[in-house]
Amino acid sequence: MASGARAVGAAAVLLVAVPLGAVAFRAGGLSLSPADWAALRFTLWQAVLSSALSVGLAIPVARALARRRFPGRGALITLMGAPFLLPVIVAVMGLLALFGRGGAINAALAALGLPGISIYGLQGVLIAHVFLNLPLATRMILQGWQAIPAERFRLAESLSFTPGQTFRHLERPMLAEVLPGAAATVFALCLTSFAVALILGGGPRATTLELAIYQAVRFEFDLSHAAGLALVQVLVGGAAALAAWAAARRAGFGAGLDRAIALTPPGGWRRLADGAALVLAAGFLLAPMAAVVLRGLPGLPDLPAQVWPALARSVAVALASVVLTMTAALVLALGSARRGQRWLDLAAALPLATSGLVLGTGLFLLVQPFLPPARLALPVTVLVNALLALPFAYRLLAPEARALQADYARLAESLGLRGMARLRLLVLPRLARPLGFGAGLTAALSMGDLGVIALFAGESQATLPLVIQRLSGAYRMDEAAAASLLLVAVSLGLFWILDRRGRHAAA
Amino acid sequence: MRLFLAALTSCLALPAAAEVPVLTVLTYDSFISEWGPGPAVEKAFEETCGCDLRFVSGGDGAALLARLQLEGAASEADVVLGLDTGLTAAAAATGLFAPHGQPAATALPVAYDDPLFLPYDWGWFAFVFDKSKLPAPPKSFAELAASDLKIVIQDPRSSTPGLGLLLWVKAAHGDAAAEVWKGLADNIVTVTPGWSEAYGLFLEGEADMVLSYTTSPAYHRIAEQDDSKDWAPFDEGHYLQVELTGILAASDQPDLAKAFLAFTQAPEFQSALPATNWMYPATDIPLPEGFETARPEKSLLLSAEEARAARDPALAEWQAALAQ
Amino acid sequence: MLRLERVELAQDGFHLTADWQVEKGARVALIGPSGAGKSSLLSAIAGFFPPAGGRILWQGQDLGPLSPGARPLTILFQDQNLFPHLTLAQNLGLGLRPDLRLSPEERKRVETALDRVGLAGMGARKPGQLSGGQIGRAALARALLRARPLLLLDEPFAALGPALKADMLDLVAEVAGETGATLLMVTHDPADARRITEATVLVADGVAHPPAPTAALFADPPPALRAYLGQ
Repeated sequence: MASGARAVGAAAVLLVAVPLGAVAFRAGGLSLSPADWAALRFTLWQAVLSSALSVGLAIPVARALARRRFPGRGALITLMGAPFLLPVIVAVMGLLALFGRGGAINAALAALGLPGISIYGLQGVLIAHVFLNLPLATRMILQGWQAIPAERFRLAESLSFTPGQTFRHLERPMLAEVLPGAAATVFALCLTSFAVALILGGGPRATTLELAIYQAVRFEFDLSHAAGLALVQVLVGGAAALAAWAAARRAGFGAGLDRAIALTPPGGWRRLADGAALVLAAGFLLAPMAAVVLRGLPGLPDLPAQVWPALARSVAVALASVVLTMTAALVLALGSARRGQRWLDLAAALPLATSGLVLGTGLFLLVQPFLPPARLALPVTVLVNALLALPFAYRLLAPEARALQADYARLAESLGLRGMARLRLLVLPRLARPLGFGAGLTAALSMGDLGVIALFAGESQATLPLVIQRLSGAYRMDEAAAASLLLVAVSLGLFWILDRRGRHAAA
Repeated sequence: MRLFLAALTSCLALPAAAEVPVLTVLTYDSFISEWGPGPAVEKAFEETCGCDLRFVSGGDGAALLARLQLEGAASEADVVLGLDTGLTAAAAATGLFAPHGQPAATALPVAYDDPLFLPYDWGWFAFVFDKSKLPAPPKSFAELAASDLKIVIQDPRSSTPGLGLLLWVKAAHGDAAAEVWKGLADNIVTVTPGWSEAYGLFLEGEADMVLSYTTSPAYHRIAEQDDSKDWAPFDEGHYLQVELTGILAASDQPDLAKAFLAFTQAPEFQSALPATNWMYPATDIPLPEGFETARPEKSLLLSAEEARAARDPALAEWQAALAQ
Repeated sequence: MLRLERVELAQDGFHLTADWQVEKGARVALIGPSGAGKSSLLSAIAGFFPPAGGRILWQGQDLGPLSPGARPLTILFQDQNLFPHLTLAQNLGLGLRPDLRLSPEERKRVETALDRVGLAGMGARKPGQLSGGQIGRAALARALLRARPLLLLDEPFAALGPALKADMLDLVAEVAGETGATLLMVTHDPADARRITEATVLVADGVAHPPAPTAALFADPPPALRAYLGQ
């Protein structure tokens, strides 16, 4: 298993490095220009703010979800995860329906005779990044809460801990373990932001590295510049991953007995605060989703026939990516838990900060001497989607794999539980929850990804995101909105099925 | 899983034994979709050529040239369809193109004769607006800048219309272009990566006007029976976007490629364009009912070399003006 | 015969030596101050803590190269002796076949073992639904099924009350008797040692002393044991 983990880790690093190297090799070197520093500054600044806001706001939401029980809680958790799964441009349109010049908030302000607000500028970039990443941060932190064995809360209750003491002794150590990773993940995601930063940033002030890469590849065909920028991006992302690793403190709560314990959540103002956190977060996350649904509904009957095979292709690509990603993530997480090889953490985080365009271009250069790239469009898409989802899947699995190792490895060893039997009887059931969640996330991310297919696809291999792009490129905004709704519905459906299977298997 | 295997094998499967010659045309995404001109064009050409016409998409228009440069002489493509006048100098400089040998297209508002690139359609850039919301649109960049109207434009670093607007301002105002951009800065709501995002924002009511084409209102009139959209004539004149085809020097089907370029000027090809690509045809054929209500009085177009020379300084001016 | 041949354990300032042997079928307690290395010694025998020197032999065979599961022993830890996501029957079944593909006859043996430790009919329950005493019984039932010649107990009953613990120790004695197992048991309570063991190893000051007869040892404790017992 450990050698398998090394192999998978090495493969992830190579998949990031080799395409970048291929681009640089083709260009004969790397280069950067003085204007890139401005882009780097803005990129870092917005990514730091976005990540701090997303994670900071996720804490009260996750805590409220962790300690309150109410009807529809499970459905709310699933729905609130949806924005993360949206294709970026769909998310932006949903946000504009709420915050835009013609959006609901400005309409309400105008009706009250108040001055309007503008979403365009740094505030817009931050709103969009929080909208897209709050769900992920919330889920990562919620998992941290759920990983504290109920026995510890029972102990806290029996010692009559005040909420403040519970926070100090149980929640703060958990947050110290979970937050750096969550923050680094959101940071790396925002690092590669392109469309959000440009559309909502309001113009060239909001130039990110990824836009500079786009320009270098598309307009200037300056591959050395593109490779230079992509390298900077990967290095910054890698540094963030390293910093997160250094900052994370292992909480070490030990194992519980999977007991279902009815805890008494604190009452008083905390009850109101939890309610407010949930209502505000749900409103912020769900209102733009509702706008996406309403915008898409009228076009549904007119969807062109091309949509359906494209949908089938997207689902097939998503499922294949799930198999690849989850296998790789599981091997990595188990290997890293067993041997403590921390470079695996870094290897699994690197793809986060990879420029999709440079990755695609590099793969194109690598494939093209041997085969017409169009013939490999779907396999390459599967590979890239799997690679890009790996960091999330790994981050979900790694802490639980570590806990599994710490709590049950000795018992399993002493009973001679190894190989497939160990996988079947110990690993899969104990890790079913993060496995299901990770699989759902991978499927949904893969469904929504446009990146590489656009570079490779021929006439007959369009995926659903590509069809949406083609529709909106031909004035067909209503059909594009309807196809987007279809994409969102199927993505969320896949996510829901896989996540639920995980939770059921774990229960 | 079975679906996945089917998808996998279908894209790994080798093409059927090529008894008929294959002509591969690299083009942008929206050309080959079922609502684009691609299907009709393919059918019409295959009826006469005795060949198999295959389209390969290389993303959007801006990506085509990058794709060709990536592939170099090893490209499968015989013909490229969808290059834009803003990029022809760079395209010619690659040395990848061979002369097409066709007579110049007949229906362009300016003379355009290039040995390597043949126009198949074209359009004027224009700001499009909603007549019901904006009864008196501005008549020049100066009027637009003086108004408090909000516009959405595309980024010249990632999209061809964005680059077109940059060249439009440069062609119309020359050294005063920087001042024009400074004046426009507070009118620009935002800048999008491509045309479709900008147009989508406009349709959702995020801006009063959007940079698009004089033919955009025709889409709404003809396809949606909606006469509410119009374009604003500017006194400076309107910059042209000409879409071009070119033959790759490394093509192993040079004769077929030439036949295809000749076909792009034939009525079968040309008549498919107005109501699918929403651009003007490059030859004199009748336009669909309602396609055109008015024409700009003056057309602007920088030569390939001028466009190339103007681009970097114009981009710097644009960035400086909008970054304040 | 279990033989510790000049065994040395070392880790981060901790150091322990042991050089002695116990006869097959013996019942031996390990007693000594906390942190002296009682658990570490059991861990070394079970294969979780590789010794820095010396050898551990069972019936003349060096256990060093064997993985924990392949060693001729069963160990019960302080906690985490059952997998919480598996039923009691499954947890016990692991003692027969780690892949749990049990034959009907093996299933019957699991039932019998549950019955034997007083958990009849509880095979379908999960550990979270059991009391501490029941969990200890289930773990012992699995030891019964495994029937390995060495049984190592690392204070699995430390959390139980005196009466319950006494019951469990009696059960341990019965299980060891039925399987003919050699018993090594960590404890911090002389009463435990006196209850079921005939020999006791004092672990103190970096040395695990050779086993001495339990009754005699406690009747006239050496200074280290005296200090531990607070006499």
